[in-house]
Amino acid sequence: MFKFWGIFCTLIGVVLLVIFIGNIIIDGISRINWDFIIDLPSRKPENSGIYTALMGSIWILLLTTVIAFPVGVAAGIYLEEYSKKNKLSGLLEINISNLAGVPSIIYGLLGLEVFVRIMGLGPSVLAGSLTLSLLILPIVIVATREAIKAVPSSIKDASYALGASKWQTIWHQILPASGGGILTGVILALSRAVGETAPLIVVGALAYVPFAPQGPLDEFSVLPIQIFNWISRPQAGFIENAAAAIIILLGITFIMNGVAVYFRNKWQKKWK
Amino acid sequence: MEITMKPSIKRMKTVESVFDPSLKKVPKIDLQGVKVWYDDFMAIKGIDMTIKQNSITAFIGPSGCGKSTFLRLINRMNDYVDGFKMEGKIKIDGDNIYKKKVNVEELRKKIGMVFQKPNPFPKSIFDNVAYGLKIQGIKDKQFIKERVVSSLKQVALWDEVKDDLKKSGMALSGGQQQRLCIARTLAVEPSIILMDEPTSSLDPISTAKIEDLIFQLKEKYTIVIVTHNMQQASRISDYTAFFYLGELIEYDKTKTIFTNPEKKQTENYITGRFG
Repeated sequence: MFKFWGIFCTLIGVVLLVIFIGNIIIDGISRINWDFIIDLPSRKPENSGIYTALMGSIWILLLTTVIAFPVGVAAGIYLEEYSKKNKLSGLLEINISNLAGVPSIIYGLLGLEVFVRIMGLGPSVLAGSLTLSLLILPIVIVATREAIKAVPSSIKDASYALGASKWQTIWHQILPASGGGILTGVILALSRAVGETAPLIVVGALAYVPFAPQGPLDEFSVLPIQIFNWISRPQAGFIENAAAAIIILLGITFIMNGVAVYFRNKWQKKWK
Repeated sequence: MEITMKPSIKRMKTVESVFDPSLKKVPKIDLQGVKVWYDDFMAIKGIDMTIKQNSITAFIGPSGCGKSTFLRLINRMNDYVDGFKMEGKIKIDGDNIYKKKVNVEELRKKIGMVFQKPNPFPKSIFDNVAYGLKIQGIKDKQFIKERVVSSLKQVALWDEVKDDLKKSGMALSGGQQQRLCIARTLAVEPSIILMDEPTSSLDPISTAKIEDLIFQLKEKYTIVIVTHNMQQASRISDYTAFFYLGELIEYDKTKTIFTNPEKKQTENYITGRFG
């Protein structure tokens, strides 16, 4: 009896996802063509494209990677390999876990105050990337720590016993062995960042930008905001555009998750 | 290479025939008043001991008697254990290795270690052996290659792996993996080799091969081996130390320990009446 209940519960999520995607595809697939991708936004739905939003998302993605990857991985390595087990490190750990649960709009407000106003970056790509970096840092740190923990201590012992320093052991043994796990975590975190809307709206990403950003200090829009903007228009043509943009956004996140799963499987095989 | 090597070997032999190595003034490893705590638990309760060079010394005793802790003191592998605290001196060729100025990495290059479970790196066979040299900053590829080949030959693994040095070290059998780990240790040319139950996870044939190897290594190295296997201790070691509850109960020539032990406890353990 429970078995059928279980199957039913499992299927709810999958069926809903399939219905949702099917619906979106029916609405939007006819709108997807090369022009849709390279056209600028316009007042007329049939002339509108996602070029500026897509380029904005790519900029955000790249800058967030550049900021969050080294900082998060370094913090993870420090917490796992260097910090002594005491009250301070315990406090740090609890707070990092807490940060992972903070609503993203709060990060947006923090970014608005610190990056946009105090640091004077304005509503720029850089301010948005810094905000999203803060948002995904806890995920990157936790993923890094888990991946490092999974490296057998016998490997570390062997390296130390041969006269390797701590850094040599981390660089030559621990990071190569945990690289797949770290990469998986970073990609999953980034795919979350690509879909974030609320913090970027607060930071000041615009609904309508006539040009793609040329540098980190330019104004920008991103795909989710473009979608949000189109959805709220009354014309049917824009709803179609929104559906098409959703397909592309989902495509990007699915591909990123697929790459993450690929790395995870490849990495797990290594230890068997 | 060959030509310059031969005379030096001859000279070594003449030196050794004049000075019996066991009569040298400075013993290889000298442990004085060693006490170890893990937080509140006292694992080693004050041990004095001298380990002679160019010999095999076996540490025996029941589980939890402190013999592995004691072994790992010699290359400071306990330094990373949380709550580790130590008192006393450990001198290698007269220098206390627990002095503040000691460079632990340099020390470990002189003292190799082989672990209970074979632990090759998830790298190729070649890279496994070359690792110790590469982290020393040696870039001379020819030199590294020669050292890898000679190390693999020393452990009698060369003929088995010479055609697939690029294969992962983890793809080898357990016994081969352990010999790879010994080769990796030898490549750095240490003077002391510590072995922590090196054959406990191996089958009898692999065990015999490793024992032969250890016996041959005695010529060039000082070897300390922890073992649970009484026969192994009596087969390969020159000296045997019996530990019990963090204390050194008896330490003598292996022959004496196994035929005519002084203490009742030692006799009981060796004959299998406890432990």
